[in-house]
Amino acid sequence: MTVKHLLNEQLLMGYAAGILPEAFDLVVASHLSLSDESRAMLGGYEAVGGVVMEETESVEMGAHALESVMARIKSGKEITEKPAVRATRPGVLPEPLQEYVGGDVDKIKWRPLGGGVKQAILPTSGKAQARLLLIPAGVAVPDHGHRGTELTLVLQGSFSDEVDRFSRGDIEIADEDLNHQPVAGPEADCICLAATDAPLRFNSLIPRLLQPIFRI
Amino acid sequence: MGPTEQPRSQGKDWNAQILRVRNHRDEAAFAALFSHFAPRIKGFLIKSGASGTMAEECAQETMITLWHKAHLFDPSRASAATWIFTIARNKKIDAFRRAARPEPEDLPWGPEPEPEAADALALSQETEHLATALNALPEKQRDIVKRAYYGDLTHSELAEETGLPLGTIKSRIRLALDRLRQTLNEPVK
Repeated sequence: MTVKHLLNEQLLMGYAAGILPEAFDLVVASHLSLSDESRAMLGGYEAVGGVVMEETESVEMGAHALESVMARIKSGKEITEKPAVRATRPGVLPEPLQEYVGGDVDKIKWRPLGGGVKQAILPTSGKAQARLLLIPAGVAVPDHGHRGTELTLVLQGSFSDEVDRFSRGDIEIADEDLNHQPVAGPEADCICLAATDAPLRFNSLIPRLLQPIFRI
Repeated sequence: MGPTEQPRSQGKDWNAQILRVRNHRDEAAFAALFSHFAPRIKGFLIKSGASGTMAEECAQETMITLWHKAHLFDPSRASAATWIFTIARNKKIDAFRRAARPEPEDLPWGPEPEPEAADALALSQETEHLATALNALPEKQRDIVKRAYYGDLTHSELAEETGLPLGTIKSRIRLALDRLRQTLNEPVK
């Protein structure tokens, strides 16, 4: 599988630096699970982070910090690191996303949005919001713009909009300038993970009225 | 370390110190790593908005994790500074968010008892090039890159291109990609 639409520099750097809101981290981690190329690029930006850390003015550690650390190591109490994430449950949802959903697609608690479109909001901290979207094959999502940045990662099927066609692993980065109407491809229902740092702005009256109700 | 040691190979020395911790639970090597990295981690975290107390605690925890996870260190995947940076970054996020952050799936790295020395060397050289390139940037751009990592950019600064020399970072990325494909036994394109 070749993923065509990758992350941009700001997002890779933001993820490498650890400064993105949790909802964006989730989309990026899920995308990285599906794209070797993005993962390699992340390695590059993490290396920049290592260099920046090396170049930052150091601040003296507290007195006896090393002794205290050695004592903590020898007490053996702090081996509570979470195990490395492994793809033990291959499915439609990449592992980091399965952690949030509590399993694969069959565990998603969908809520209908009308027109066969469904969504499930995922619990994340911070201002940005993450949600899963299901768009039935061939169906269009209402035409909408964005107040901030919207990241959309395709997990199943595909969608097309004014920009291009996006399939599994592809990520679309939409900002305020993009007004688009994604249409799901005919081959399968399209499942996406989307994160927004500001509410979407729908261009017709009815979806705009529904917005506060559905929190999209 | 002998008198013939070149200063440029310093990055590689830190790799060797971590391997000593990994292979021999070498406390002297750990102490050397601690005195170099812990104050830098602390400085980095304070720049990133952590209080002195929080930065001290995260720096200590980062070093404890380094000890416990030394067996996961692979110098052909990341240099010492890169690897320690990622541990410190995760500690910072956990401390700010009080929850573990989403991490990508671990890749099925092939069965290899020892990482290939050539890969590790190439990677450590590329990382040094990166440092040189960062320092060669005009003051304003270097400042933007640094503040991007501290999470200290305004909205308009975030939207700007950072001016990172893409050639340098791309060859670092290329290496990582080749390495990935090698491990996954796919032909390198």
